[in-house]
Amino acid sequence: MIRFLIRRIILGLITLWVIITLVFILYYARPGVDPARELAGRAVTPALLANINKEYGFDQPVIIQYWHYLERLIPIPGHFNLGTSNTNRLPVTTIIAQAVPIDLSLAAGAAILWTVLGIGVGVLAARRPRSLMDRGATVFVLTGVSMPVFILGLLLLYVLYYLLTIHGIAIFPKPGSWTPITTNPLEWAHDLILPWITVALVIAATYSRLTRSSLLETLGEDYIRTARAKGLSERRVVYRHALRSSLTPIVTQFGIDLAGVMGGAIVTESIFGLPGLGLAVVQAIQVQNLPVVIGIVLVSAFFVVAANIVVDALYAVLDPRVRVS
Amino acid sequence: MSLSAIDVASPESPLEERAAGGIEARSPLRLVLARLRTDRVAIASVVVILLIVALAIAAPLIAGITGHGPTDTNVDGGTDANGQPLPPGSAGYLLGTDNLGRDILVRIAYGARISLLVGVLATAIAAVVGVVIGLVAGYFGGWLDSILARVMDVVLSFPYVLFAIVLVSVFGPSLPLTILVIAFFSFAAIGRIVRGQALSQREKEYVEAAHSLGAGNLRIMFVDILPNLVAPVIVLATLLIPAAIIFEATLSFLGLGVVPPTPSWGNMLSDAEGVGFQAWWFYIFPMLFLLATTLAFNLLGDAIRDALDPRTERIFAGRRKKKNA
Repeated sequence: MIRFLIRRIILGLITLWVIITLVFILYYARPGVDPARELAGRAVTPALLANINKEYGFDQPVIIQYWHYLERLIPIPGHFNLGTSNTNRLPVTTIIAQAVPIDLSLAAGAAILWTVLGIGVGVLAARRPRSLMDRGATVFVLTGVSMPVFILGLLLLYVLYYLLTIHGIAIFPKPGSWTPITTNPLEWAHDLILPWITVALVIAATYSRLTRSSLLETLGEDYIRTARAKGLSERRVVYRHALRSSLTPIVTQFGIDLAGVMGGAIVTESIFGLPGLGLAVVQAIQVQNLPVVIGIVLVSAFFVVAANIVVDALYAVLDPRVRVS
Repeated sequence: MSLSAIDVASPESPLEERAAGGIEARSPLRLVLARLRTDRVAIASVVVILLIVALAIAAPLIAGITGHGPTDTNVDGGTDANGQPLPPGSAGYLLGTDNLGRDILVRIAYGARISLLVGVLATAIAAVVGVVIGLVAGYFGGWLDSILARVMDVVLSFPYVLFAIVLVSVFGPSLPLTILVIAFFSFAAIGRIVRGQALSQREKEYVEAAHSLGAGNLRIMFVDILPNLVAPVIVLATLLIPAAIIFEATLSFLGLGVVPPTPSWGNMLSDAEGVGFQAWWFYIFPMLFLLATTLAFNLLGDAIRDALDPRTERIFAGRRKKKNA
């Protein structure tokens, strides 16, 4: 178990290093491009360029630049430096620190929603195959896999916010609303309901499909017949015996989905005007605010790698075969 | 009485006419086509896809008939007296106009070209690259396989929207870049399947026979093994087309894909977001076309998979007519 985890962590660190190096090559060391000019954004002055050149050491050999670049990424307070935004001159770390709580709120709520909804619908469908419930689940899955996240978000906004509000039933908040959980937890959840549904629904569809087929397969196993023969209640057989071993493919899916969730979060934030990392990066690209783009890309890469390691650990806990191999 | 005698005697049997010549062999392709022909969902999907293709081909024709080009702002008569977009059914504008007075029907027709182009081209590139890499990895095995398999795993777990953001912020948004990014993130899905199949195929006797007849590696890989892998590749490719279409629409919606004023369903929706929900037609029509296209491709992919291997589970099956083959 420990060896498995250590191997995973080393692999994660290598992936992270590859990403960090690729970012360096693409942004700072691409031939024929003046990185200082790129970082300066739209309002360029010679003084600004000189300043950036001094700060990043672009007049030095590439290897030394690369060394300093890595040095700035060492996660020690005071050492860690992602540069400054070229529009409002705020440190990029400050911008990211302000945005991260929104992404965590969005991801946490959505993850709970898609797990409960996905597994729930899958179990209901698998317990009575070919029933009305199963057919309903089928339609849900089919809509989910064909539905682009941004269309779902726009539809929710149109029907549940716009149509209801113009008819005087203002249940859902207008886009751009955001309340920190520390200020008012109820308000926080209220502002995030539609974004949560947007991120979660598409993934929930995949989950319920997986759960259904995996559970149906497990329910055909011999040990399930044994459990039933012992006289256990159907509920106990399904939830205690079958569901647990059906969950392993779903945990794998969790790891694969992380990349998709991040894409979904970027889209959802820009539709609902949530000031998270996704909205920040999309806006930064539109005004050529490269320091912010690079900072967010690096931080997100770190989160994805870290989350993958957590998923692997979870996988090892659930499936004993992984631990020993 | 033997079984074949019953067959010959049965009046509806298609074998009746050919009975004298014995049973005619049918190629796997013909079997699959025969199964698809009896599948209502598959036929409906094909009809929808053909309609969209016709719309894309007829785009200049539609522009000619209506007299509005896809980027014409129709200064006189494209908007109402207050400069607001016209609702559907307004004089000369079947689906209404957008905020700049452009004809939505014409733009949707031209958008269909982009969607289909991206979907088919990106998938074709991904399929070629995926097949070659998967075959090489699976056939040669060893360290080459380890590296290629690792690379494909990393690509699959990479946050692709983030990667697209990096490339767009470096090179600027464009259609070729969009296609390449999508192809890059799709090839691994095909490559992984092909690799797995190639691993098992290379142990088969026919490969050994080819070797002993003096066939080279290239010949064995592409002439002997490849035809055995066509089925899963076709299924996956059909399912990757809608994924690519959604990806393009998402990138264009975020302003990272097809650059305005060239119409794409994604950037039309992004324009619509700037106008507001009172112009509902500006949202609904691009959404409907996008959903119809992705749904049709998903259903068709599922039906093809079902026809190739009737044992696999299917999301949505139409009731089949009684087979008489």
